[in-house]
Amino acid sequence: MLQIKPILAALKRHKAGTILIVLQIALTLAIVCNAMFIINQRVARMSRPTGMDESNLLVIQNHWVGVNTQAIPTLTHADLLTLRQLPGVEDATRINAYPLSENGSFEGIRLDPNMKPRISLAAEYFVDDHALPTMGVQLVAGRNFRADEIHAIDPQVARPPSEVIITKALADKLYSNGTALGKPIYIGNDNPPPSTIIGIVGQLQAPFPNTNFVDCAVLLPSLLEDNDGSYLIRSKPDQLAIIAKEAPATLLKLNRMRVFSSEHGIRTFDVVRIEAYKSDRGIAIVLGSICVVLLIITGAGIVGLTSFWVGQRRKQIGVRRALGATRGDILTYFLTENFLISLLGLLIGTVLAICLSEWLVIRFEMQRLSILYLLTSSVVLLLLGQAATLNPALRASRVPPVEATRSV
Amino acid sequence: MFAYYLRLGLHSLRRNPLLTSLMVVAIGFGVAASMTTYAVLRATSNNPIPQKSSQLFTPQIDNAGPSVTGDDNGEPPDLMSYIDAMALMQAHRAKRQTAMYPIGVSIIPPDASRLPFQETSYATYADTFSMFDIPFLYGAGWSAQEDQARAAVAVIGRALNDKLFQGANSVGRDIVLDNHSYRIVGVMNNWNPQPMFYDVRTAGGFGDPTQVFIPFTHAVDLEIPTIGANMCATSSNGGWNTWLRSDCVWINYWVELPDNASVAAYHDYLYSYAAQQQHAGRFQWAPNIRLRNVMQWLDYKQVVPPESKISLLVSLGFLLICLVNTVGLLLAKFMRRAPEIGVRRALGASRNAIYVQFLIEAGTVGLAGGLLGVVMTGVGMLGISLVFEPQIARLATVDTSLVGLTLCVAVLATVMAAFYPTWRAAQVQPAWQLKSS
Repeated sequence: MLQIKPILAALKRHKAGTILIVLQIALTLAIVCNAMFIINQRVARMSRPTGMDESNLLVIQNHWVGVNTQAIPTLTHADLLTLRQLPGVEDATRINAYPLSENGSFEGIRLDPNMKPRISLAAEYFVDDHALPTMGVQLVAGRNFRADEIHAIDPQVARPPSEVIITKALADKLYSNGTALGKPIYIGNDNPPPSTIIGIVGQLQAPFPNTNFVDCAVLLPSLLEDNDGSYLIRSKPDQLAIIAKEAPATLLKLNRMRVFSSEHGIRTFDVVRIEAYKSDRGIAIVLGSICVVLLIITGAGIVGLTSFWVGQRRKQIGVRRALGATRGDILTYFLTENFLISLLGLLIGTVLAICLSEWLVIRFEMQRLSILYLLTSSVVLLLLGQAATLNPALRASRVPPVEATRSV
Repeated sequence: MFAYYLRLGLHSLRRNPLLTSLMVVAIGFGVAASMTTYAVLRATSNNPIPQKSSQLFTPQIDNAGPSVTGDDNGEPPDLMSYIDAMALMQAHRAKRQTAMYPIGVSIIPPDASRLPFQETSYATYADTFSMFDIPFLYGAGWSAQEDQARAAVAVIGRALNDKLFQGANSVGRDIVLDNHSYRIVGVMNNWNPQPMFYDVRTAGGFGDPTQVFIPFTHAVDLEIPTIGANMCATSSNGGWNTWLRSDCVWINYWVELPDNASVAAYHDYLYSYAAQQQHAGRFQWAPNIRLRNVMQWLDYKQVVPPESKISLLVSLGFLLICLVNTVGLLLAKFMRRAPEIGVRRALGASRNAIYVQFLIEAGTVGLAGGLLGVVMTGVGMLGISLVFEPQIARLATVDTSLVGLTLCVAVLATVMAAFYPTWRAAQVQPAWQLKSS
């Protein structure tokens, strides 16, 4: 291990090659650790639960064609009754939006209706008494809506209802220590009437996965007189595929004046989840593959240059061997050389990585790189460098002492 | 001489197959990643209406005040309220102007056995067709008189015309949207600007081509709601007419201003309109307006997805590393041939000859990398749909200019990377090399 001085002396004679490997390791570190960090954030976002029992859910986005909006609650009732009677269907409900649907409405929530700043934004779900059992959302306090509490409303003249169910995250923002049940909240801007919290659900995501109020939602007991709405259908175990075929056909048989959109019309919730997080997954895959190729190319580059050096120094190695250096000495010489080069590369790479991260923070409002990723990537690169050096170094260690007597 | 060096270069590709293929693969991957991401950026930052993008403007008027715009760096809302849109339409201060909004009507086929379906549809004004240079296959847009008369007319797209009328001239025939019948006055000929600059807010910039236009005035009479954004700073819950008179914003507004003078004049007009509203007590704040042309608007709305910029940056970083790698490997490859160079120099070859020979050799490596890069770019194009919405993914395509660019970037980058190794090769001292061997 005490070969550092001669190594440094030797490196001085191979400045160009050394600088290139240092540069390559530095750039690779800067890109790989930032990419790993971005990948991890995306994966974390993709794996957040919606709060629903997703595995047995089917979503049908239904658009009524040319019907009077006042007739919609009646038509919806008929649809839901039929859907619930289908064999294999556990329950069904109609809702204006659902988690990961990426459109829907939201309102400001206040405890004092005259106050200008709101406490939080919250997604609005207009639901009936079947919504909770259909979605598989768990009540942690209070009760579900009763059938007689569900009112048909015109979305243009909607007033907040007197009873609401809210998510626990929202309840905790509004009232401390789990005392929200039975208390009033105010939904909307212009002096709305109070709504009483009659139930609290453990978790239910807002329709927009990338907002800061993703865990805040209010459920309002209303049947909207709106041409657009989605049916959520919960199938019995293993019946989802059959229901996905039968439910739309049954609805069309009942009334053909409707459109299921060609892209999002009929989707199992697995598909909803995949489509909602498509770009997150894609970015993770692309960045991941770039990282892998990058590491391979960096490793291969180190192999190439080290092999070249070994070839160039065969005579010197022979001389050292003839003068009594063991095979191990030669092996550790090249490994130590690579270690020193890598260390310098990682040092410069750390500075580059932090600069890149800061720039991403400023330019794309991303989070700041966590040191953990820098350390992990550094260790990986160090090991990669050593592994890449190993084969040429072993070849060097096998150079026979007699090489010293040969000319190049 | 060039041909000879090229032959030497090709020959040397085979001499160190491992080193060479490593370089070719590195360059191929680096160039392909950059070109794939560049293709996406090129598609998403496309100028959708190049001949007119500097003449079409979207005015913005702050009708909500600092308490709302404060969250948005003081920027007025993206969309316009009905009150302001109608005031601007009536004032008629631009060469052409239109108010438009997306509608969710369904098309009911005349053949009763077919199910209703939806297409991208807008309610708009007659000026739209001339403003946006919309081409017609049959007929034309409707007239300003038909706007005034609130007529039940429609312009449909070529794809819809194929679907409903098997491509026949359908002008004069009827189309049923929801329960209402409209007389077709024109069939558009494949009009599909991407990004959809005229309604960035709803489509996110990219979407299916618009297939139905009906008069704004008629749509308002029928109380057809917007399916786009509808933002209300104060709640409006009194039905259709209350909503129209509210300060909810939901209308895309576009004007055509052919020269700088008319842009300045229109800007002044907008300012005085907002000042007048303040004077009348409707706005409790100083005039806050914007007037952006198409490209300024797309830039402000950040239509280019941040993913495409980030992935291009990562790819360029990747290409840079591949090139650093190539410099190192070329250095190794060239210096290995120091004895050969020594012999050539001793036999009278000039430094320049060495330069030319090795740069051409590097060029052949670059060309091989570029060819691999073209293939890999093709593969990369298939992968675009992994990251981007299909509307964006299908915009990014491999064309001859992209293939040419890929090859150029690969060769140029490799030749540049070869400068240092070549310089080192040219420095080889003939005498020293001959002596030591």
